[in-house]
Amino acid sequence: MQVKLIIAAIKPFKLEEVREALTSIGVRGMMVTEIKGFGSQSGHTEIYRGAEYAVNFVPKVKLEIVVGADMADQVVQTIATTAKTDKIGDGKIFVLDVESAMRVRTGETNQDAI
Amino acid sequence: MKILKYLPIAALVAAVPTLGLAQDAEVPAAVPTDVVWILNSLLFLIGGFLVFFMAAGFAMLEAGLVRSKNVTMQLTKNMGLFSLATIFYYLIGYNLMYPLGDWAIEGYFSALFPAVAVLESVGVGADAVDDYAYASTGSDFFFQLMFCAATASIVSGALAERIKLWPFLIFTIVLTSIIYPLQASWKWGGGFLDGMGFLDFAGSTVVHSVGGWAALAGAIVLGPRIGKYKDGKVYPIMGSNLALATLGTFILWLGWFGFNGGSQLAMGSIGDVADVSRIFANTNAAAAGGAIVAMILTQVLYKKPDLTMVLNGALAGLVSITAEPLTPSLGVATIIGGIGGVIVVFGVPLLDKFKIDDVVGAIPVHLFAGIWGTLAVVITNGDASIGTQIISIVIVGVFVFVSSLVVWLILKGIMGVRVDEETEIKGLDMSELGMEAYPEFSKG
Repeated sequence: MQVKLIIAAIKPFKLEEVREALTSIGVRGMMVTEIKGFGSQSGHTEIYRGAEYAVNFVPKVKLEIVVGADMADQVVQTIATTAKTDKIGDGKIFVLDVESAMRVRTGETNQDAI
Repeated sequence: MKILKYLPIAALVAAVPTLGLAQDAEVPAAVPTDVVWILNSLLFLIGGFLVFFMAAGFAMLEAGLVRSKNVTMQLTKNMGLFSLATIFYYLIGYNLMYPLGDWAIEGYFSALFPAVAVLESVGVGADAVDDYAYASTGSDFFFQLMFCAATASIVSGALAERIKLWPFLIFTIVLTSIIYPLQASWKWGGGFLDGMGFLDFAGSTVVHSVGGWAALAGAIVLGPRIGKYKDGKVYPIMGSNLALATLGTFILWLGWFGFNGGSQLAMGSIGDVADVSRIFANTNAAAAGGAIVAMILTQVLYKKPDLTMVLNGALAGLVSITAEPLTPSLGVATIIGGIGGVIVVFGVPLLDKFKIDDVVGAIPVHLFAGIWGTLAVVITNGDASIGTQIISIVIVGVFVFVSSLVVWLILKGIMGVRVDEETEIKGLDMSELGMEAYPEFSKG
């Protein structure tokens, strides 16, 4: 069966909640990176000692999750509902095909490697 | 002989329970002159080491408000300036500031110039002390030196992150040996400003505005840090550690009790001790007023409170009460300090409008609030005249600003005062010192 890579950028404070939701539906691993970026939120302004300055890149957390194709929709839905705050800057989710996967310890491949 | 020296004190201690029991007896005798002399000296020593600790306060405040690439340099400047102030106040400053009535030019220039400070001899007796009605010369020198060093500390923060080490230290020498002591002699040395009736209890003008004027002249000669002002816009440069900046502010706040309380210059009577107590309480109240006003004002103006402004607000409150910490009530002291907080919140962006880059807000805090504090004396002290206060502010201001400007321009001409562009961008720590404050967090 095919394997999918799900990349999600979410608000950092939602990370724990999303992790819990994903493990409860059977996701067994994920990669997490602290990133900065901008989307339609496109930064904001703050004031330091009376002078305004732009925060062009907003801190986000990037999740990379590899699952079997049968689970991909459920993972996307779970992230989407858990990370949602209804405010601008909630993030994005992308789904990509994975050409191959391997577990380093055993040499198992693709679906078995996950 | 050593034991004999302590006998009068021993006798006093022994007499204390007797005084306590004899409730119906006659009013206790006045404090003996020896004891007054001892208590006055003690006030100077305690006040002096509290003001000394302000050097740590300035160092931490500045270390917190500069970027991490300039922290080692800022700390190096603070160590250097304090130590140089110590040496040059001894060599020249002390006797230039206190002519003790011996003027070369009456009221303007001490005749004790150039002359080093000399302390009383080891184990001096009551009959041979310099001033039996006052305090030990050692305690007086120690206490006054700390004010001189505080003045120099004010300058270093404003000029941070771009000034070369050695020209800065040379300026410190001129400031602490000549500029500060000379103008201080006009007031505290019994000179012409004192004769005019100018009132400045602990130095809103004599100390704080002087540091502020010298910093202003230096900031104008130096120019702003790279990237601070571009295309008519102000680009804030964040401090590296607000925990250190807050610690520094609280240390300064603590030191100020010695600064203002010690300036009562006497602790040998009930009246004096009551006054010192009033001063402590008023000084504290003014700092609180400045902090809270800055907090509320930044919330209202900018929608979020700005901690760096709250820190500056507390310090501005302290500067504001320094010219008259004794006569106000607690309420009035809080308000005087609170107005200092207003001055800082509007003073910081005002300097930015003129493209004068003051890294830590030293000019709004020490100069602007110093002027306000000097004027505020007339609110509660009936002996003060607003005209005399204004004239004195102007005289001290013109003298210090012009003489500082000349020194800065001479230094600029001889050796340059500013680091080159690459050094500034790379950071003074690695470029000038080859040493970082936080090497384990460095990107290199």
